Amino acid sequence: MTDATPATALKRTPLRDVHVKAGAKMVPFGGWDMPVQYTGIIDEHRAVRRAVGLFDISHMGEFEVRGADALAAVQRLCTNDAATLAAGQVQYSILCYPEGGIVDDLTIYRLADDHFMLVVNASNIDKDWAWVTSHSVGRATWKNVSDATALLAVQGPRAEGLVGRLADRDVTGIAYYHFARGAVAGVPAIISRTGYTGEDGFELYIDAGSAERLWDALIEAGRPDGLQPIGLGARDTLRLEMKYALYGNDIDQTTNPLEAGLGWVVKPAKGDFLGRDAIEALRARGVGRKLVGFEMVERAVPRHGYRLLAGGAPIGVVTSGSFGPSVERCIGIGYAATEHSAVGRELSVEIRGAANAARVVKTPFQPSHTKKA
Amino acid sequence: MANVPAGLKYTREHEWAKVEGDRARIGITAFAQEQLGDVVFVELPKVGAKVTAMKTFGVVESVKAVSDLFAPVSGEVVEANADLPKSPELVNSDPYGKGWMLVIRMSNPKDADSLMSAADYEKLIADGGH
Repeated sequence: MTDATPATALKRTPLRDVHVKAGAKMVPFGGWDMPVQYTGIIDEHRAVRRAVGLFDISHMGEFEVRGADALAAVQRLCTNDAATLAAGQVQYSILCYPEGGIVDDLTIYRLADDHFMLVVNASNIDKDWAWVTSHSVGRATWKNVSDATALLAVQGPRAEGLVGRLADRDVTGIAYYHFARGAVAGVPAIISRTGYTGEDGFELYIDAGSAERLWDALIEAGRPDGLQPIGLGARDTLRLEMKYALYGNDIDQTTNPLEAGLGWVVKPAKGDFLGRDAIEALRARGVGRKLVGFEMVERAVPRHGYRLLAGGAPIGVVTSGSFGPSVERCIGIGYAATEHSAVGRELSVEIRGAANAARVVKTPFQPSHTKKA
Repeated sequence: MANVPAGLKYTREHEWAKVEGDRARIGITAFAQEQLGDVVFVELPKVGAKVTAMKTFGVVESVKAVSDLFAPVSGEVVEANADLPKSPELVNSDPYGKGWMLVIRMSNPKDADSLMSAADYEKLIADGGH
């Protein structure tokens, strides 16, 4: 998840200097100078599962679209059915190319009947902006508010108590994939019950100029809860244990939503959208490979790009893998030929030329503790 | 600053060697394990295998990265740390002690003379380790 962009060209979140001062190890990620860890990936991962963690994910992109045809534009661009959203609801969705490949995965916030916010991956902001503005329809006005917006995630079993103490409104009533407006530590925020960890928690959208104030307030108020700042390293192992897809690793232009196990956010019944015909043709034909979760039989670390084998022959590729700090096993996800994708199937992962035994398992690897609706 | 014990010899690749007669006990330095982060996998050669100075003898993997291990000296592996496959985190918690990797019977004990002193290695890591 690192890249080779020179450090001088890297973009910075409003909290970059705060991370450096806190002793974070900084790495380039998707063109951004980001904290990969503070104390250590495994320690931070466990803090989120057991207590509460604070993430700076201000590198994520936010686009707003409003106008009489805002819904029509979102419906044209995204695979999921945004018409089912009431104001105050959030939806996971996908932007597809007409050929069925994935432009990006995203979350959609219905801010009002005629007003939406799309939250996209940091590394895709420029590509997505060009895509949505050139494929929009009707009377819809787009605004890229990425630079003006900071995003902090508070995740873990103690997130609700912590955010609740600092908020000027009740947060216990905000259901999973819903949001409300309020002030947290005096900072006006969209308080969203969403995340990328499998734990209960919130994502807080705020003005970039208030990021440091809210960060400091959460660090201070979270001390008795055992709150820790969490880097991208643990963000990756936390999402891996949930088999949440990561754009650029597990999904990209060469993969389609069906083989990625994301068919549940493709809603052909809603009407036409970019990629619909290609995806429906695929659905009729059946996909040749599926994104599976697997665990290693012996300790050995599967990594992005390693080959999956069955009976010595290549049948797929690993897209993400690591030691899973909560499941305490080496786990991975990858595309396996459909005939080798069933739970229980024995495969192997080619690591430095040797076949290492693995088996396809049920996912998520770790039980989800997100708030139930 | 990372811990650099005075009695050991070092490589530019951040391995240490503790030389006793014709044997060298080897591992990776405190600086190396800090740079790697949480170690989750160590692959070592078996007892009886031959290793060659400055060539790779194994692999250490952290959550984020795969790194080759380079032999400080040439010779035959006479012991390999049997605790590391199950407890690779020992490399983080005790890199010069319980996190040791191999004992090598040196084919040419003079090899050890060409390794870095603790003072030179401290200088190397003060310059960022490269």
